Amino acid sequence: MKRQRLIALFVLGFLLFNYPLLSLFSVEAFVLGVPVLYLYLFAAWGGFVWLLARIVEAPEATASSRPDPAPPPTD
Amino acid sequence: MLQGGLILAASFVYLGLLFAVAYYGDRRADAGRSIISNPYFYALSLAVYCTAWTFYGSVGRAASTGLDFLTIYLGPTILAPLWWLIVRKMIRVSKRQRITSIADFIASRYGKSAVLGGAVTIVAVAGIVPYIALQLKAISTSFTVASTYPDTAALTNAGGAAVPLLADTALYVALLLALFTVLFGARHLDASERHEGMVAAVAFESLVKLVAFLAVGLFVTFGLYQGFGDLFSRAAERADLRALMTLEPSASVFGEWAWLSFLSMLAILFLPRQFQVAVVENVNEQHLKKGIWLFPLYLILINIFVLPIALAGMMYFPDGTVEADMFVLALPLESEQPLLAVLVFIGGLSAATAMVIVATTALATMVCNDLVMPVLLRTKALRLQERTQLTGLLLGIRRSSIVVVLLLSFIYFRMVEGHYTLVSIGLISFAAVAQFAPAILGGLYWKRGTHAGALWGLLAGFLVWAYTLPAPSFAEAGLLPHSFVEEGPWGWAFLHPHALFGLDGWSPVAHGLFWSLLVNVGLYVGLSFKTQPTAVEHSQARAFVDALPVSSRATVWRGQASVTELRQLLSRFLGHRAATQGLKRFANAQGIDTTQPTWEDHLPANARLMHHAEKLLTGAIGSASAHVVVGSVVNAEPLNLEEVMDILDETQQMIAHSRELERKKRELEQATQRLQAANAKLQELDRLKDDFISTVTHELRTPLTSIRAFSEIMYDNPDLSAEQRQEFLEVIIKEEERLTRLINQVLDLQKLEAEPMTVKVEPVSLRTIIDEAVQAMSQQMEAAGVTCTVEVPDEEPGTVEGDRDRLKQVLLNLLSNAFKFCDDTDGRIVVTLRSRAEDVQIDVADNGPGIDLDEQDSIFERFQQARSKARAGSSGSGLGLTIAQRIILEHNGDIWVESTPGEGATFSFTVPRTHATDPTGDGAPATPDPTASDSSPATSPIT
Repeated sequence: MKRQRLIALFVLGFLLFNYPLLSLFSVEAFVLGVPVLYLYLFAAWGGFVWLLARIVEAPEATASSRPDPAPPPTD
Repeated sequence: MLQGGLILAASFVYLGLLFAVAYYGDRRADAGRSIISNPYFYALSLAVYCTAWTFYGSVGRAASTGLDFLTIYLGPTILAPLWWLIVRKMIRVSKRQRITSIADFIASRYGKSAVLGGAVTIVAVAGIVPYIALQLKAISTSFTVASTYPDTAALTNAGGAAVPLLADTALYVALLLALFTVLFGARHLDASERHEGMVAAVAFESLVKLVAFLAVGLFVTFGLYQGFGDLFSRAAERADLRALMTLEPSASVFGEWAWLSFLSMLAILFLPRQFQVAVVENVNEQHLKKGIWLFPLYLILINIFVLPIALAGMMYFPDGTVEADMFVLALPLESEQPLLAVLVFIGGLSAATAMVIVATTALATMVCNDLVMPVLLRTKALRLQERTQLTGLLLGIRRSSIVVVLLLSFIYFRMVEGHYTLVSIGLISFAAVAQFAPAILGGLYWKRGTHAGALWGLLAGFLVWAYTLPAPSFAEAGLLPHSFVEEGPWGWAFLHPHALFGLDGWSPVAHGLFWSLLVNVGLYVGLSFKTQPTAVEHSQARAFVDALPVSSRATVWRGQASVTELRQLLSRFLGHRAATQGLKRFANAQGIDTTQPTWEDHLPANARLMHHAEKLLTGAIGSASAHVVVGSVVNAEPLNLEEVMDILDETQQMIAHSRELERKKRELEQATQRLQAANAKLQELDRLKDDFISTVTHELRTPLTSIRAFSEIMYDNPDLSAEQRQEFLEVIIKEEERLTRLINQVLDLQKLEAEPMTVKVEPVSLRTIIDEAVQAMSQQMEAAGVTCTVEVPDEEPGTVEGDRDRLKQVLLNLLSNAFKFCDDTDGRIVVTLRSRAEDVQIDVADNGPGIDLDEQDSIFERFQQARSKARAGSSGSGLGLTIAQRIILEHNGDIWVESTPGEGATFSFTVPRTHATDPTGDGAPATPDPTASDSSPATSPIT
């Protein structure tokens, strides 16, 4: 489970910090006096790290080292 | 504005402090109480990633291209989730295989290849040298700025060529750092190549640089301006600064962004210094958990003020008088904040030194272990194989490598100085280590990757890297013809190093990275398919790829197998009963009524049943074999190599197990035999003890009986004559004396046997002992008219090592024995000392009746004399000789008797000159064992 969540987060990171999402925020505007892109980058970065900490520090019960349950039937 | 001396003093105080931290870390590690065994230290040490490039260069980059400096930190952040998969795997493999560097890692994966290890080392050194040069440049420039500001002439002296070699600050910085790195990373050799002190220092430096950068950021944002809003709005008044706050919406800008993110993802994994701190220096795999999210958090903190500082710098120094790379330092200087400026300088120094120390240590380990030593060991003329002590040589190589790497960096710095910004130099290094990516990632996740693929991919990628990235920088520095960067070599435009085959419009780094990785990956994959892995490669591939516990082989059986076939299979391996039980359990779980005789017909022949059968078989024949066996029923797919390897692995383990079992069994048998022997011995001892007690009581009864008899006579006859009474009393006293002597000797013997190892070892002169013993007996002998002659060679002390009192007792026992048995009328005793090289022999001869041959063997046994008719009527306990024998055996000597009946007897003993403890540890003296005398030479001397 942990393994899958981490991979999903990696994909999310790739999307958050690349074209085209970045280009949406690359506008000459200010929120609370701070450029939108600058604000977006650091906010997304902080949120990303927060998610990362939650997943990584989750209790070991969801660790990927636990064997998978029996495979589903094919019939 | 700042004195050069002040800065130097601050730097040295700081470096001293750093060394103290490292020393403390090493001491704690030696004491077994590691301070770095802590997830926070681990996370901080990962921040060695942030170098002078981050500290000074990010601002410079932000001032010219805006936010794209962030890609270098976003890449590692995006990758961080995967650390749990990739880095954990690398840690596990490295711990298991005792890997100490990235060169070791790659070489191990591809069949422990020395050639590959050497190649990786060369690439790493070539790639990291520019990076170290960057640190030198940062330190020397920041020093110049701090000490000459506001004399801006020095700052705009971009060419740098004017500075003579010996006046170049960077040279001294390089030498000083070499010294420091030797002290931190190559002071002594450690088998695990772990440097706890160094890591502690690096973690400390990570804190310092973060604090310094945050301090200057806060000062600029809230001191020079009224917060972010004020700073940004003022900057937004200028069009060129406004542009820095957004990204130009063009394909090339976003392409560059993606490439740089990708590049930094590879760098964070494969930079030798990151490998060192993240993998080699990792104490506990669990620390990775904190590191994974704390490190990106650190990156956020150290980057949050970069853009504000860059914008402020652009506003404060609009005319370009100050290099943007130095804004961080110039702003506090400009606003007359000397303390802050010193702090910033120290922060930059921290960032640079941490990188240099770890990177050169890692490189020196590689150069030594993977480049120089393999060559030296193969050079037969040096005969290194025969030398046992190589520590000195190894340390020498390490230290010289450190110095050479730093000097190379200095040379690089001199060559390209002024042509490149900090960031563009660093990116060249990133692209170099990215060449490790195919070999390592492929090696960790693709078993088919081969040595040839890794080696040729790496070398080709490296060549393309060298051609597209550092070569143009040499050309710009004038080392290669300038036309090389303008038109391509010999005017061939399609070979232009920044637009290979016409791929134009990319930044040099993205361009170089693309082509080098294309060639690298292409050759790696292509050659891997074309070549066959050797056996070593194959087993290493399995060790690497399967390093993390794989979730159970989640095969979904596709085919259909009949229940009958599966059942036959199970019976064959498990036996009929176990097979039926196993199937019954499955049927019950499926809700089939197993009480009916036809329940087996209701079993569904589906994948679940096959999986169940596989699990049943796994218990008996191992998972790999079980998988194959079930597969053989389901479909007739031929075995592939991997399955065969799996089976071999398991079989090998089983063989090892059964060998172990065999060994244990043999040991057990031996132990049983020993126990039986010990038991027999104990029984024998018990019997002897009983004999002894009955003999002693018998001996005690004899004198007691006579004492009682005479006492009764006197009691019953009060009218006995005084003369007779006197005579009877004499007998009583004599018998009582005999009783006392007997008891004393029994006690003596028991004491000897109870504490046999208490021989005091000291030099003893046997001559003196003879004299003393004879002296003690002389009165008695004179009274009985016995003459005693002592024959000792002149001046011979007869010194041996032993216990003085006990040896004297031996002599006294022998003398009194001789005295008792010597001729009644003309008693003569001769004591002779013979001195030899190894021992001293003493003979005590008497002229008594002698001992019968058949008695000579048992004369030393307890109470032997009492049983001997020839000695009847003599007064003795019968223990004297036993005690003498025991003492002599304790001294590792011999004692024996020679006698011809009718012509007297000679008792002899030897004592070795030096007292050696019995090497077997269970020699005769150690065991209170009367049977020992049976096997001792003392009882059968005449052979």
